[in-house]
Amino acid sequence: MAYTVSRSKLTFGEKLYLPAVLAGLKITINHLIKVLTGKTKVTMQYPEERWDTHLPEHYRGAPTLVTDEHGRERCVACQLCEFICPPRAITIKPGEIKDGDRWRKVEKFPQEFEIDMIRCIYCGLCEEVCPEQAIFLRKDYAITGLTRAEMVHKKDRLYELGGVMTGLVFKWNEKK
Amino acid sequence: MSDPVPLLNVQIDGVWYQFPKGTRVIEACAQAGKFVPRYCYHPKLSSPGNCRMCLIEMGMPRMGPDRKPELGPDGKPVINWIPRPQISCAQDVAEGMGVRTDSQLVQDCRHGVMEFLLINHPLDCPICDQAGECELQEFSVQYGTGGSRFREEKVKKPKHVHLGPRVTLDDERCILCSRCIRFMKEVAHDDVLGFASRGSHSYLTAHPGRVLDSNYSLNTVDICPVGALTSTDFRFKMRVWFLKETKSICTSCATGCNTLIGSRQNVLYRQTPRENNDVNSPWMCDYGRLNFHDVNSTDRLTEPQIRHLSNLETASWTAAISRAAEDLKRFQPTEIAVIASGRMTNEELWFAKKLVDSVKTSNYDIVPRTGPADDLLLNSIRNPNTNGAQLLGLCSDQPGAKLQQIADGVSQGHIKAVVALQEDLTAAGFKATDLERLGAFIVMDILPNETTKRATTLLPSASFAEKRGSMINVKGRLQRLNRAIQSPGNAREDWEILRDLIQHLTGANGVYLIEDVFKQMAENVPQFQGLSLSKIGDLGVSLEGVVAAAPVTASA
Repeated sequence: MAYTVSRSKLTFGEKLYLPAVLAGLKITINHLIKVLTGKTKVTMQYPEERWDTHLPEHYRGAPTLVTDEHGRERCVACQLCEFICPPRAITIKPGEIKDGDRWRKVEKFPQEFEIDMIRCIYCGLCEEVCPEQAIFLRKDYAITGLTRAEMVHKKDRLYELGGVMTGLVFKWNEKK
Repeated sequence: MSDPVPLLNVQIDGVWYQFPKGTRVIEACAQAGKFVPRYCYHPKLSSPGNCRMCLIEMGMPRMGPDRKPELGPDGKPVINWIPRPQISCAQDVAEGMGVRTDSQLVQDCRHGVMEFLLINHPLDCPICDQAGECELQEFSVQYGTGGSRFREEKVKKPKHVHLGPRVTLDDERCILCSRCIRFMKEVAHDDVLGFASRGSHSYLTAHPGRVLDSNYSLNTVDICPVGALTSTDFRFKMRVWFLKETKSICTSCATGCNTLIGSRQNVLYRQTPRENNDVNSPWMCDYGRLNFHDVNSTDRLTEPQIRHLSNLETASWTAAISRAAEDLKRFQPTEIAVIASGRMTNEELWFAKKLVDSVKTSNYDIVPRTGPADDLLLNSIRNPNTNGAQLLGLCSDQPGAKLQQIADGVSQGHIKAVVALQEDLTAAGFKATDLERLGAFIVMDILPNETTKRATTLLPSASFAEKRGSMINVKGRLQRLNRAIQSPGNAREDWEILRDLIQHLTGANGVYLIEDVFKQMAENVPQFQGLSLSKIGDLGVSLEGVVAAAPVTASA
């Protein structure tokens, strides 16, 4: 069955269109004045200006490895992040901490730790699953490189990005 | 036949079942679908009942004045429940026995025992190799509490102790179940382990001046329910949850222990025994278990090669196979010899025999391989498939009988073309200088050696973990190998290489699948009649009429 749409008739003022055009122009001119007088900023001048100071606390940037205030690398190569990683970006080669090392009781450390930043989807599951508080998503969001190999973050790069993190649980203390 | 074992009526969680006399209560519960957690109990070992994890409620029928069980309204005996929990691992079922595996008392007991076991446990799962297959983890999730009420300091015990050349011990993780001690005493007959000290300071150790160096030491790692005993070879190599487990058999001796091959991304990480009570029970020897590292070698042959003047040059498979076939065609049957191997599968041996037939030579044999045996699993015949080679006609009752004659033939120059399949001939009585003089020397192998260096055509093939096929063990049991990983580079499965070679010599044979190879064998070999690769199954089948002369080696 045909469906009739009721259409209201335009008034004389609406038929002129001019008032609406003027109202629009007023908004435009107001914005122009605000920009010219520096009251509003429309474009962030990236890369001279960056998001860094505007990022919220919970921002998930590149995954990194951290050391603690005792100078110990937190990661013990349990490979849970490698297991949980949805795009399989993480590859770990575990190794044994040798006799004579200050942290011999920890026994295990990552010989190699690689995160393929082409694969990484910044989901943060690695940080969530880590039982050692060793991997954190920091605020680095501009991960670039000229080659695929460059985009694979090796252990040294991960620690460089991660830095030292204090106030973490110290579970490998002498009493335990 | 002995008398049939009488069946006894047992009530488990309110339901009546029948079990043969002599069944352990813990096994009866498991058969009734009521799994009882356990640490110290192992079906192949004695029951000391020291872990207390398998506590259940138990009762016996109430006896009337006439010494007959009183019957309830349902016509079944009324059960008098024992007011305290009992262990189910050291008790056989009895007529009219009642068992509760899920009552409040039992749940409280498991809860309490779990808490006690975890008091001094270091909880270092992130660095523990057992994580993922740890019964302490599993039962802690099922029966434990989330947190610990223990505020005192944990007892310190020795860590990373080298108990023997292949076993590393962490005493802090040990829950003192004594499975390893009982295994070494009762199965390996090398009573080297024991507990020292008292109370919560008890720890596992080897007898002073002794080490755990038995050829069966790694079985203690398998049966350790926690991460106290770990394999030094596998330690920290790979987490177990990444490993793909492929059912296969060990190819290091003629016993053919059933195994699980643990691999990840085309790398072999470990072999563990798989229970087969007709072959190896749940055990296997360390020698066989660790004899797989060649497969991961970076030296593996990956490309077919053809000799041009004095150099071996990489070639395509088509070129290599046709060169090999053309070379063979240049010689008279009496000038050709084929040396097969007792390490080949039946399917490969079947094609090796076809190759022998197509070049019509009578110079063929396998290389025998022997070593010291023990009274458990390790056999003195170190070729896994000598019986297969005999059955398929690649050697006589005396494997290697013709080898010297062939070697002399090569030396004197009667034999001008040799096909060596998976064998290093320089280690089998052939002189390297003689092999260099051969007109055609076709070698199929996985690793470079003195023989492969002298080949005119070199065909890279697959290791035991890279192929499917079947083998016959020393007791005449037909068992299956399965493929766990892919061969490196352009290496191919042996049977495919041999099939292509035969096709070049005699024309197409229309076999494209390994199943078809077995089908062809089943049609021609009476012992294989009615069988197929899938019918062999995971545990293998006993073949009629295949030699079983060698002594029975597996013990329960």
